[in-house]
Amino acid sequence: MAEIVLEKVTKSYADGFEAVKAADFTIDDGEFFILVGPSGCGKSTLLNMIVGLEDITSGEMRVGGERVNDVDPKDRNMAMVFQSYAIYPHMTVRQNMEFPLKLRKMPSDEMKRRVDEAAEMLELSEHLDRKPVHLSGGQRQRVAMGRAIVREPSAFLMDEPLSNLDAKLRVQMRTTIARLQQRLGTTTVYVTHDQVEAMTLGDRVAVMRRGVVQQVDTPRGLYTHPANLFVAGFIGSPAMNLLPGELDGGRLHLPMVDLDLPSEITDRLVDGAGGKVIAGIRPETFEDASLVSDSDAPGGTFTAKIDVIEWLGSELFAHFEVAGSAREELADLAADLESETMGSTADQAQVVARLDVRSEAREGADHELWVDARTVQLFDAASGDALLSRPD
Amino acid sequence: MSAPGTTNSGRDKAFWTAGIVIVVLYALIPVAWIVSLSLKPPEEVAQGGLLPKDPTLDNYIGDETGVFYDDQFPSALFNSLGIALIATLLAVVLATFAAYAIVRLDFPGKTLVLAGALAIAMFPPVAIIGPLFDMWRSIGLFDTWPGLIIPYMTFTLPLAIWTLSAFFREIPWDLDKAARIDGATPFQAFRKVIAPLAAPGMFTSAILVFIFAWNDFLFATSLTSTNRARTVPAAITFFTGSSQFTFPTGQIAAASVVVTIPIIVMVLIFQRRIVSGLTSGAVKG
Repeated sequence: MAEIVLEKVTKSYADGFEAVKAADFTIDDGEFFILVGPSGCGKSTLLNMIVGLEDITSGEMRVGGERVNDVDPKDRNMAMVFQSYAIYPHMTVRQNMEFPLKLRKMPSDEMKRRVDEAAEMLELSEHLDRKPVHLSGGQRQRVAMGRAIVREPSAFLMDEPLSNLDAKLRVQMRTTIARLQQRLGTTTVYVTHDQVEAMTLGDRVAVMRRGVVQQVDTPRGLYTHPANLFVAGFIGSPAMNLLPGELDGGRLHLPMVDLDLPSEITDRLVDGAGGKVIAGIRPETFEDASLVSDSDAPGGTFTAKIDVIEWLGSELFAHFEVAGSAREELADLAADLESETMGSTADQAQVVARLDVRSEAREGADHELWVDARTVQLFDAASGDALLSRPD
Repeated sequence: MSAPGTTNSGRDKAFWTAGIVIVVLYALIPVAWIVSLSLKPPEEVAQGGLLPKDPTLDNYIGDETGVFYDDQFPSALFNSLGIALIATLLAVVLATFAAYAIVRLDFPGKTLVLAGALAIAMFPPVAIIGPLFDMWRSIGLFDTWPGLIIPYMTFTLPLAIWTLSAFFREIPWDLDKAARIDGATPFQAFRKVIAPLAAPGMFTSAILVFIFAWNDFLFATSLTSTNRARTVPAAITFFTGSSQFTFPTGQIAAASVVVTIPIIVMVLIFQRRIVSGLTSGAVKG
């Protein structure tokens, strides 16, 4: 059990490339902490620095109050689960799980007890004498987990542990990992590129981009109060719609509608906000105009020509285009999010709206939609920083 | 099992079978010829015919003519075995460490080491025989076991390093890291995790080194002068006939057959290890 403190932790390579720039946050004791970001953002490098596989170029890391910058990985008492599982192919499941205990010269009856207990917990008991080759992907994954658990380490580190599993198993293992972490109460640092995993598993999440930590917050905080355009675009599925806008006092001009922002938004505007902005509108902020229950709610109604309808039973997504896009401002962001310029052409922007399933919107037909002004996000068009301060 | 895109028709099968038969015959006829020669009495050697009319073991164990009663053959066999085994052991151990370091560590001059190793492997041995002869004589290595073991290692280490580094590259880095995090020192991680997985590579290198040392004639004949260190390939050239007018063809053939046997045994033993290592699907997680 330990608290992990990172103070201006930086990793730079001989060629001058900085993989991690001044990471500065604290992972609380017993917390399930997620590092998330697109590939190449430095999240795995940061994890490797925490476990000691990579040197820390500058800054300081403390585990349980002790400086560990120069502590060898074998002496950090952390356990790691790799994306490739990294279970030893020449050993049986039992030998794999015993390996870290044998290196600690643990008495064999204690060793047996711990391995049996972990195998029981992970439903591996009947596979203990088998070689990893004969196991399925999910079972190998559990062996890797088992090897981590038996050590009773001060922290679990997981590097995309689920990305080699098929979709169904992934959801299942996600729950298993969440339960296990709750039961053991061990500090866990979990790296993933999948924002769904990040949102569902994490107590707190650090979003990284190009080696820089963008925001450290609870999943709810990230979703409702993204610190900048990157976090806004990265968190949420389908992604937040990012549209060009013009802020004129309390009035926001959007390509399809003008909104009078309610005081709960305008009160939070940072000083000097105005002019060209990027408006972030989550799909669920839209509604079928005929189905809006609260007619007094601040918002705006507009007509959109629906291109595509995706009906999923419990929800319905309507895709439409609006004139005018923020493609230039978003080009940089789109590259990082690996999306095709976020579905926009030079003068058109793709918008996704999540509507009530009772909606009668039809493909190819015009439909009246309503947008809620209370949950609109505003970002500076140049810097991408949020223009709304976070309420306390 | 047919590869994708090939038909499994009878004509195809016949074609490949014929091909295999030709290759096998081509490779085995000289061996069969030597075996046949070794079983012929001296009078019959000059006559053709693959099957000896009157097969005899005289060339192997005959009182006067058998190679095993020759003055030098038994000691040459002992020298051959000892020198080849020691050279193999040393070369594989050293190459394992070197290859592991080259694959896993980032140090300046890494490519230089690999390129240098390759250059040595390409260097014609005959070019260094002269200087080596002089050097060995002045430092007392001439006609000794180390005098042969050292050049054998020099010429086989590059090959072993290249083979082994290819094997080490196949072993996922993550296993290394996992072992380190599990509490192993770098050497423990190597010994308990990496080395067992690279075993097929070590056996492959061992075979190659052993065959080189065992078959070498050039160094063996130039750097030895007596039974102290002379190996079989060199010793064979010193065989004498039963009279000064007979050429010892039968004995040479018999000696050749005898020295081939350890190689076959060696390959068979190691081949099983190599195949079992590869097919257990060990490396891929």
